[in-house]
Parts: sequence; structure tokens; C-alpha cells
Amino acid sequence: MAHLTLVQAINLALAQEMERDERVVILGEDVGINGGVFRVTEGLVQRFGEHRVQNTPLDESGIIGVSIGLAMAGMRPIPEIQFEGFLGPAYDQLVNHAARYRNRTRGAITIPLTLRVPVGGGIHAPELHSDSPEAIYTHSPGLKVVMPSTPRDAKGLLISAIRDPDPVIFFEPKRVYRSFREEVPEDEYTIPIGQAKVVNEGDDVTVVTWGASVFQCLEAMDNLPEDVSIELIDLRTIDPIDTDTIAASVEKTGRCVIVHEAPLTCGLGAELSARIQEQCFLHLEAPVQRVTGFDTVMPYYKLELEYLPNAERIGKGIRECLAY
Amino acid sequence: MPRTTVYKASIDYLQILDEDGVLDESLGMEDGRPILSDEQVMYLYEQMWIGRELDEIAFKLQRSGRMGTYPQNKGQEANGAGSGFAMKKGVDYIVPAYRENITMHMHGLPYHYILLHWMGDERGNKIPEGVLTTPISVPIGTHMLHAVGIAWSFKLRGERERCVITYFGDGATSEGDFHGAMNFASTLSVPLIFYCQNNQWAISVPHEQQMNSPTVAQKALAYEMPTIQVDGNDVFAVYKATRDARAHCVENCAPYFIEGVTYRLGDHTTADDARRYRSEEEVAQWAAKDPLIRTRKYLESREVWSDERQLELEGRAKKIVQEIVAAAEGIEPPVSDDMFVHMFAELDDDLRRQCETLRTSSIGQNPDQAGLKAEHQNA
Repeated sequence: MAHLTLVQAINLALAQEMERDERVVILGEDVGINGGVFRVTEGLVQRFGEHRVQNTPLDESGIIGVSIGLAMAGMRPIPEIQFEGFLGPAYDQLVNHAARYRNRTRGAITIPLTLRVPVGGGIHAPELHSDSPEAIYTHSPGLKVVMPSTPRDAKGLLISAIRDPDPVIFFEPKRVYRSFREEVPEDEYTIPIGQAKVVNEGDDVTVVTWGASVFQCLEAMDNLPEDVSIELIDLRTIDPIDTDTIAASVEKTGRCVIVHEAPLTCGLGAELSARIQEQCFLHLEAPVQRVTGFDTVMPYYKLELEYLPNAERIGKGIRECLAY
Repeated sequence: MPRTTVYKASIDYLQILDEDGVLDESLGMEDGRPILSDEQVMYLYEQMWIGRELDEIAFKLQRSGRMGTYPQNKGQEANGAGSGFAMKKGVDYIVPAYRENITMHMHGLPYHYILLHWMGDERGNKIPEGVLTTPISVPIGTHMLHAVGIAWSFKLRGERERCVITYFGDGATSEGDFHGAMNFASTLSVPLIFYCQNNQWAISVPHEQQMNSPTVAQKALAYEMPTIQVDGNDVFAVYKATRDARAHCVENCAPYFIEGVTYRLGDHTTADDARRYRSEEEVAQWAAKDPLIRTRKYLESREVWSDERQLELEGRAKKIVQEIVAAAEGIEPPVSDDMFVHMFAELDDDLRRQCETLRTSSIGQNPDQAGLKAEHQNA
């Protein structure tokens, strides 16, 4: 066991998969000698060579388009886009090509690529470096969307993503990159895509979240009275959604608060609350509560902590849900 | 400080077989023989003729409601035939747009797949094992990046005898992904031929509104790529340029650019009426440069083609196309499961449920909910 940050755990998973499978190649802006802007790929070009850790031109659509070609020709590309705010130019390649190829060729051509993208706010970054677009890609059929919140989950989920025969977007919450360390097994292991994790068992209210918000929820729970029993679920995979784990919890608690950084309207919380009313209508004691970013553009960093769900706002949401 | 010229360039134009079917012997002969033997030219002529016949029948299928929107290849056949012939079947990879029916077929794709595609059936894209082409690509200018990735995979695996060719139109060169693909191919140095079928029109937008450069070929200069403009209605020039480009790509593990100057004799698609935006005179001028006419004239000048052979070919082409149409129309209808089962290697619960119930209402999603309320009230 090593004591690793999220960045180190991802780096370890990449190195182990590159060692195991020579079809795995990394490509993106500054991923070579610079190790990527967050240093996630640090040391890999020295270890595996430039032909497997390729610096590319500054062209997000190009990075994904070329990765699609590599994938259809039998390689296992891991493209990196530097920030989620720069996914825009790659949207066409992701949604109109990567996501559709298996279906439109009735299985003849498949696209096993793993797109790594730092995501979310809270690190005082410049504009377009702090968004949370996970719902956009969840709404697009043909893509899997993963967002781990801990080093241990990140390693296991990334290995699953790389070995997955279909395209996976692997969002890395940048606020968690170096925020803490935990024990991460040295050996390779996988965590299945599509399985949520119950972080804390409880009986009074279910809190569903993912990514960096997991830690804001934990802080909010610390601030609530001790007799409030909260079941905290870390979704880990955004698409496909683990409805069963959520439904089982809400059937037990009868109350649910959903927390995400992304804007409210048509955010993932909307889909989750629709599913909860489909699955648990007669178990609900209160309307499903959402604590989310606002329907504003992501503010510059002086106001980002007003925008992002914090422990205080989450705590208020939980108390209101309990009091209904 | 001196002022010096740091870059100078020119673009070659290549025509070997002129509009009257006369071969330029200085360009079209090697070792005392034409670069394409009579048998090879007859093969290419037959491929072009059958492709044209399929095109005409496809048009009629659309007009009679038996097929959806279809883009004719008519007038551009020498580009796909000459270049496809220069690529190695089963070794090289074809990454087409949607006016390369002949190329895809020459590299092993049964023609009825192409009709199926335009008949709204994904099975037309289900490329058979061993056939090295991607399916028809509709979103303009986005697929050349995939060709770069395929070519790069050849380089990464040390498959140094392989090459990729990708096709696109003049309009596609306005897309950012065109320049991205050119830049990636050039900086990664991969064996890839960019073949622009410059047919003068992107639906109703002519060359001069699409770009302010007199040639498409010169765009490759910015990417330090060898580049040439050829008469795209001349199957000899197209073949020779592609053959030489392929040799360059394989030998140097590097890309190459070819602009085939050609003309879309038909409408953009069956949903378009080109008479709205271009003159009959212009179309007539280009019709006189038809690749089929000049190839036939050449074969006649070689005394290997006759009216009898022509009649035989026309009859055979009709029969072949009838069989293609029968194969496309004879396929069993798709079933709704087909929408779902190829979404992922393994279906998730949501997709499985949607596939099984074909419903998206909440009660449909979870049929058990329907009776729950009554039970609840009775309890």
C-alpha cells in the first residue's frame, strides 16, 4: 500500500496499464516532458518514450479525432484535454463520432478510448477552467462518464475505463487532485464502472453527490446534530447511473438531497430526481431537494465559492428536507 | 538587417489524358509502356461505368420513394477509381466521405452496403471483416482526423508498408478539423494521402466563395506537405499522382496532398436542385470533360474497345446493378432491438429496460409501479 494523492493514483494506474498493454498510448497538450498542466502524466514519457506519450498540437477536436482513428485501428488511446472548459471544440468528435461508431456500424468498428479531463471549480483558476459539464455527456448516448472522488477509486475506475471496449470520459475533480492522500493498493485492481459507493450509512436522509462535492457533503454532515443519520452516496460513475443503489437508499430514508457543482436546470440532479419519483414515489416523505450551482455562467474565482455548493448550503438543504 | 525570401513555392498541375482521350506520352509512358496497361484501363473504365449506372439507378430509387436522400458521384468517378487502384487492397485503409462509392467497392465493400446506408439502414455501415474502409461519413470534414489516427497506428506498430487515403470535398477544407488533420498528420509524420475531390461546388457555394486561394493544393504548403493538383477527370493523372504519393508516404512515413480538379455533374444530393445556382453552360462545359467519355476514347484509340464491347458492358452493368438493388431491398427489415444492442459492448440496465419495454414513461420504466398505489391504499 502506498499513501497517494489523486494525481499520484492516476499516474500509477496509467503507468501500470501502459506496462501491461502496449496498445495504450497517451496523447494531449503538454503531456510529455511537462507531465500535463496538473503533472498527472509526470515521468511517463521518460519511462515509455515519446511514441507512447505524445505531445500534440493545441487542437482539442484534433486530439479526440486522432484518438478515434487510433482506437478504430486497434490501439487504446488515452487522450487528455487540459480543462473541461476546452471540451467544446471536441464535442463534435466525441458526440457525433466516438459515441456513435459502434452503433452506426452495428458493432463492426468500436472506439475504446479513455478521455481524461480535469473538472470542476474551487482552485481559483482563470475563466473556463472550473465548469462541470458531466450532464452534457450523460445526455449523449454512447459515452460512459466517470468521476471518482478519491485516490483509491480513481485508480480502480481508471483501469476499468482503459480496459473498457467503449469510449469513457474520465473526469478528475481538480479540487481533490492534491487535497489529501489515502492508502492505494500497489497492485492493479479494477472498480466496475456503473457502481455507486455508500460512503456513510444512515436512516434519515439520503445525500447523493459525486466528485469534489463529496467532501463538502462530509463537512456539512459534521456540522449537523449528532442524532441526524445521513446516508451519503458517492455516485462515482455518472453514466450509466446506478439507480438501484440510490433507490434502495431512498426507500429506506424517504428523503433525498442531491448535490452537484453543475447548474441546476437539466443538471444530473433533474434526472436523478425523476428516477427517484419513478422508483420510490410511495416512499417519499419530502420532495427531492437539489443543492447545486446556479443557472449562471460559472463566475470568476472571486465569487466561485458563492456559486459552488458549500457545507453551509448543503446543511441547509438537508435540514429543510428533514423538516418538510 | 537583410530582407530575404524565406519561403517560395509553386504548385504543379498534372494532366496525362486530355479531354479527347489523347495520352501525353512524356508523362503517361514508363519503360516504353503506358503506366496503366490496356487491361487495367478497361478494368477502371468498367468500374467507372458500373459506378455511374449504380448512381443513375440510385437516383431513380430515391425519386420513386424506394430510397432516402442520395448524393450522386456522377462526373467524379476517375478520382475514386484512379486513386483507389493505386492503393493496396487489404493493406491500405480507405477513409471516405460520400462520393467514393467506386473506391470503397474496389477495396472490397459490396455495393449494396452503400445503398443500404442511404436507405436508412445502419447495416450498410457494418463493414465486413477484412475490408479496410471506414463507412460513408456525412458530417463534413470531420473524418480526416480518424485517418490520421489510423495512419499513426501503422507507424506506432511498425507496419511500414501500409498507407491510408482519405477523401473530402472543397467545402470540407473550410472546416477547422481539416486543418487540424493536416497539422496532426504533418507534425506526427504519418503515411496518409489527403485527396481533395474539388468538384467546384459545396451545395450552392462555389469555389470562390468557399476560399480565396486559387488552388486547394496550396493549402498543404502551410503544413510542409508535398502537394499536387491533378485533372481529376483523368484516370491516368489521378492514378499516377496517387501511386507516387503512396510511394512517398510509405518510404518517408509522411503525408501527401492531392487535389483532383473535377466537377459534380449531378445535384449535391437528391434533395437539391443545382439549376437554382449554376448555369447550363457551365454544366455543359464540364460534361464534355466527362471521365468516362475520354477513357473510352483512349481505349478505342488503343483498338481494344468497340461498340460491341460497350454494349456488352452496358448490359452487364444493368444486370449487376439490378442484383445490387435486389440485395439491398431483399434484406430482412431491421428490428427495434437493433437500436439498442450495439450501443455498448454490454448493455446497462437502463438500455436493457428501454429495449425490453420500448417505453420511456415512468410506469413503463418500472412496470411494477403501476399496481403499487392500489396496494398501498388497500393496506
